Amino acid sequence: MSATGLRVGAPTGWRGWLLDPAPASRRQARFGRWYRAWLGLRRNRLAMTGLVIVLALVLIAICAPLLANHAAAFTQTLEDRLQPMSWAHPFGTDELGRDIYSRVIFGSRITLTIVALVSIIVVPVGLGIGLPAGYFGGWIDAVLMRITDIFLAFPRLVLALAFAAALGPGIENAVIAISLTAWPPYARLARAETLTRRNAEFIEAAELQGASHLRILFTQIMPLSLPSVIIRLTLDMAGIILTAAGLGFLGLGAQPPAPEWGAMVSAGRQYLLDQWWVATIPGMAIFIVSLGFNLLGDGLRDASDSRAG
Amino acid sequence: MSVATVAPSPNEWVRKIAGPIRRVINVLFSVALTFLGLTCVTFLIGRIIPIDPVLAIVGDKASRATYDRVANEIGVNLPLPLQYWRYLKKVLHADFGVSLITAHPVMEDMTRVFPATMELALLALFVGTVFGIPLGVMAATHRGRWQDQVVRFGSLLGYSMPVFWLGLVGLLLFYAKLGWVEGPGRLDVSYDDIVPTVTGLITIDSLIAGETDVFWNALSHLVLPASILGYLSLAYVARMTRSFMLAQLKQEYVLATLAKGLSPFRVVWVHALGNVWVQLITVIALTFGSLLEGAVLTETVFAWPGLGLYMKNSLFNADLNAVLGGTMVIGVVYIFLNMLSDLIYPLVDPRARSRR
Amino acid sequence: MSDDRLLTIRNLRVVYPGDDGDFRAVRNVSFSLGRERLGIVGESGSGKSTTGRAIMGLIPYPGRVEADVMRLGDIDLTRLDERGFRRLRGKRIAMVLQDPKYSLDPVMPVGKQIAETHRYHFGSSKQAARTAALEMLQAVHIRDPERVYHQYAHQVSGGMGQRIMIAMMLIAGPDILIADEPTSALDVSVQQQVLAVMDEMVKSRGMGLILISHNLHLVSSFCDRVLVMYAGQIVEVCDAGRLHEAQHPYTKGLLTALPELGHRRAVLPQLRRDPEWLVDLPAAVGAAS
Repeated sequence: MSATGLRVGAPTGWRGWLLDPAPASRRQARFGRWYRAWLGLRRNRLAMTGLVIVLALVLIAICAPLLANHAAAFTQTLEDRLQPMSWAHPFGTDELGRDIYSRVIFGSRITLTIVALVSIIVVPVGLGIGLPAGYFGGWIDAVLMRITDIFLAFPRLVLALAFAAALGPGIENAVIAISLTAWPPYARLARAETLTRRNAEFIEAAELQGASHLRILFTQIMPLSLPSVIIRLTLDMAGIILTAAGLGFLGLGAQPPAPEWGAMVSAGRQYLLDQWWVATIPGMAIFIVSLGFNLLGDGLRDASDSRAG
Repeated sequence: MSVATVAPSPNEWVRKIAGPIRRVINVLFSVALTFLGLTCVTFLIGRIIPIDPVLAIVGDKASRATYDRVANEIGVNLPLPLQYWRYLKKVLHADFGVSLITAHPVMEDMTRVFPATMELALLALFVGTVFGIPLGVMAATHRGRWQDQVVRFGSLLGYSMPVFWLGLVGLLLFYAKLGWVEGPGRLDVSYDDIVPTVTGLITIDSLIAGETDVFWNALSHLVLPASILGYLSLAYVARMTRSFMLAQLKQEYVLATLAKGLSPFRVVWVHALGNVWVQLITVIALTFGSLLEGAVLTETVFAWPGLGLYMKNSLFNADLNAVLGGTMVIGVVYIFLNMLSDLIYPLVDPRARSRR
Repeated sequence: MSDDRLLTIRNLRVVYPGDDGDFRAVRNVSFSLGRERLGIVGESGSGKSTTGRAIMGLIPYPGRVEADVMRLGDIDLTRLDERGFRRLRGKRIAMVLQDPKYSLDPVMPVGKQIAETHRYHFGSSKQAARTAALEMLQAVHIRDPERVYHQYAHQVSGGMGQRIMIAMMLIAGPDILIADEPTSALDVSVQQQVLAVMDEMVKSRGMGLILISHNLHLVSSFCDRVLVMYAGQIVEVCDAGRLHEAQHPYTKGLLTALPELGHRRAVLPQLRRDPEWLVDLPAAVGAAS
């Protein structure tokens, strides 16, 4: 049977519509792009695992009271201290008799809070500095980029340490300290994206139509820069979680009796030899969440790369 | 007909060096600015503490006169920029004040503890590079196949792990349960102070002094933390190497070199890697920086008497001078490493070198 | 009849499997090459470059290369593995790419790259290879070969770079040269120079040349025979001098669309594509050549 054309075995139906190499409308093109990216992501089993982990984190944090006993996480029952894993206590109990499973579940809220807060601070700040720098160029660019470079060269953990030393421990200070050193890459990224698009013809067209700079930045350039910012954020997230956990380990994050995972590891240190679960389990939680974000971020980046190239 | 090569004229020489020199000056300027920024930040951090610094020195039983005298000495009543200026001058003389705990100048303390951190960091960096680069190359050349998957997954695990947790697990497994390595600390107590300090790196000093017992003991204490840190470094190095190599393998010259009939081995290890090693230097510098930065956590877990442990103890004892001093030192080294990687690129890449 | 042919190809197919079906980059391509200059003309995506790479075994995974016959002299190319191809590349078949800025290793001096080919194929010493490389540089008419030897890819002009490429690829004495858009990245004034050098090398060594280009005029004036490719197939084969007798509407369309100095036309005719041209042709076209 003679085949016609260059392509054989093309899909039909709605998949065919989405994957049509010559889309007829902007909507079709946009949906087609998302679908292709999703296909690319879905093919990547590791990335899917990452997605599952991240979604699980969010769900667990939201449904914490349903999944674990709040009282068990905070009530100190000293007769029950350092119990091994059992049906009553799936992860055992810690040095004050609290159920580790419940503490880990509730600790997810702290992790999620830190992740959310840092993201909310870092992305707008990064965009707010990077977009104008790339768009207006000249001395604005020079000054903003100098500032960015200065903050980029700061060691994150150490600076957070100094910060906490001065301001005192606590989750707000930890978030501020981390954000202070986390925003520069986003400014750089936003600037790079802006520079690429700045001289594009559609921007010129918008200018000719009378759009103000602010409008162009907001409606045209920023949405185009968002995908790479989000991918970068997902990739960074793991590092942020690790830094926050590190601060917690040093006692600088959320304060006891809050079930912050890093602090739990630190508390379990002295019982490591015989009651290993007290320190190991919370650390495992940190590891899994970090891994999840890394897997997801990698997958997102691969999917967007293959789409673009 | 070939013309004999003529040595470049003086004018050409000037032009040849002018470019790179300008770049070096640029980088130095950036570094100076960043350094100032760092001092600003540490200065401000030092000023936002809610504790009265004068009170911390004189105690709350001091008389009004003493309080005023000390206040003038420190200069808390001066306007902020002036205070910063005094601070900056001190920093440039490496005067970070006196530690509350040890009652020694902070700088002196740091000189004492820094070599320990260096020893661990250098060994970890070595492991990470020597194993990381080949693994990254292998992953890139076997893209999509099991070698690639293993390297990628191994790296992924590596930089998802909290270093303090991995350290604890390592101690539990390899020291407590299996007894394969020595535990926390740099040396068994019985070996303390046997070897005179030359470089500060016990392994080297003990070899110099000929004390092989001490050498082996030091090494067995080093193995676990260095392996763990080495693994984490390797994760990053391998991943970046893989990424750089993949970018190279897409280039036209790779196809052309294959078309010449050269073996893939040569194409990869001589040509592609040759285009990549400069970027790798940046990666190595950054890895070293993050090793120093993470030293606080690592040294806490392994009771390693380096700068990190010093800072943690200072933190717990509210010894702000020491904390800020440590921050400055690590910050400076970090900035220095960044600068190094910025500088090396134009010096070594022939494309950048001869840019007119 | 096919004994003195350097290269014989029957029904070459190159397929790239993908999400949205298999992409057939090259389909039923057949031709043979003697000690002549054969041109392959086509637009982007016609499969001409892919054909060239398939002959050298440089189609990357997951692409698949299949053919009824693909013979280099008495070597069956369809049965060769990577090792086998490696022995041929540079030694029996060579390829020159489009832009020397990108196809030369940026961080190795160009002279060393030429010498490298020599050392690899002949196991020669550093000195011998260097001498051979300098000789090649002279052969491609580069003045001051000593100085150019130490330069880097970005320091040499386009024309010089292409001549260096030619030197690098021909130093091991191959029988066939595949030139994939060799002059497309060059200024018009330099194109003739490079073509002249290529012509000289090919003639003096009795080689076969496959010139791949999108430029019909270039191919028709430089080559002996012309193959026209469209959508992965050969749609026309004829001698260069007889192009005006072309049969296929695509070729005729290309010819009429060529602007000519001295012949004014109010409107340049545009090529109108007939979807009919996408249909698989019977393998007869090109098989007889």
